[in-house]
Amino acid sequence: MNKYVERIYNGIVKENPTFILMLGMCPTLAVSTAAINGLGMGISTTAVLILSNVIISALRKIIPDEVRLPAYIVIVATLVTVTELLIEAYLPSLYEALGIYIPLIVVNCIILGRAEAYANKNTVGLAAFDGIGMGIGFTVALTVLGFLRELLGAGTVFGHQVMPSGFQPIGIFIKAPGAFLVLAIMIMVLNALNVENRSNEMVNGCDGCCANCAKSSKDCGKEEKA
Amino acid sequence: MSSLIMIIVTCALINNVVLNQFLGICSFLGVSKQMKASASLGMAVIFVLTVASAVASLLYDFVLKPFDLDYMKTIVFILVIAALVQIVEMFLKKTSPGMYKALGIYLPLITTNCAVLGVALTNVQVEYNFIQSVFAGFGTAVGYTIAIVLLAGIRARIDESAIPKPLRGAPVVLLAAALMSIAFMGFGGLS
Repeated sequence: MNKYVERIYNGIVKENPTFILMLGMCPTLAVSTAAINGLGMGISTTAVLILSNVIISALRKIIPDEVRLPAYIVIVATLVTVTELLIEAYLPSLYEALGIYIPLIVVNCIILGRAEAYANKNTVGLAAFDGIGMGIGFTVALTVLGFLRELLGAGTVFGHQVMPSGFQPIGIFIKAPGAFLVLAIMIMVLNALNVENRSNEMVNGCDGCCANCAKSSKDCGKEEKA
Repeated sequence: MSSLIMIIVTCALINNVVLNQFLGICSFLGVSKQMKASASLGMAVIFVLTVASAVASLLYDFVLKPFDLDYMKTIVFILVIAALVQIVEMFLKKTSPGMYKALGIYLPLITTNCAVLGVALTNVQVEYNFIQSVFAGFGTAVGYTIAIVLLAGIRARIDESAIPKPLRGAPVVLLAAALMSIAFMGFGGLS
């Protein structure tokens, strides 16, 4: 397979950031209350991820190793600020719905994780396709979770009524506990189907390093191939 | 005074940072395996979050707002928090080795904890003044500590139970978190 196409496939299926790598759980749980919010958050994160991967890859020989994390954070924070201002200007309803979770894209594990694990070791073109693949993978996952929660919790899909009028919405699914429930069921299904995923590392913390997202790929013993 | 107490109650219980706002999920799930580690992390979060809220609030009121640099807040806050954690770490190492030993390994972990940035940004958004920000930061951190210590307690019991294979590991922990979240919804009546 072409190595660029392989990156896209890798991001969406083989190393899906949400379903397989279990990264970026905070926004996943928080904004998947409706399909449209999941989609909006996914696209915003994708935009930031592609650009940050490209910039970090382009600067990988210039940024000294010791200060690379602060440098990445500055790059990502700048991109997030730009994205936030764009959403505020052109999509005010999405801005309202996502609220504080837009600036919090800065601390989304996926972005720093991909910078550390992939972008700073590969060429600009490959890093861009890695960003596209991971971004689409994240967007698909968020939209699917949002779709399920919205369908069960409100009986609608993208705001349109689809369930028959006799359907009593299960309100808990669009409330906070629903996020944990849906994620629990999702991982349970993956485990039952024997899909290899990193959910165990998520709860056993590999000594807590997963919280320090940038290091997760290194210290969790699953070093990404350069 | 009563309004300040209300801020603490709101941040700690009604709008619990993990169970209601989903901030700091990584460490909430990752570290809750052990009770002792959870309690230590909770203490470290209380310390850092209170200091970070105070610093972020001062910085916003006296630097960002007067110079119309509102849009820089995300960049400034994340860098200040990262630097602050480093300074706190060095300070503790020099002045109180006992406390450093207890909290030290958790301090770098907190830098990437989205709860810290989340609280700083929320405080600005709801226009809290300095005192209110400090109380909100403290309250949020107390809420985080309550949640992670409770989950650690539940997980100690889970470890001794027979659980169906697909549910082992993450799913059962998430189900426990979901039930805790339902319980915490009850605090909504306090507001």
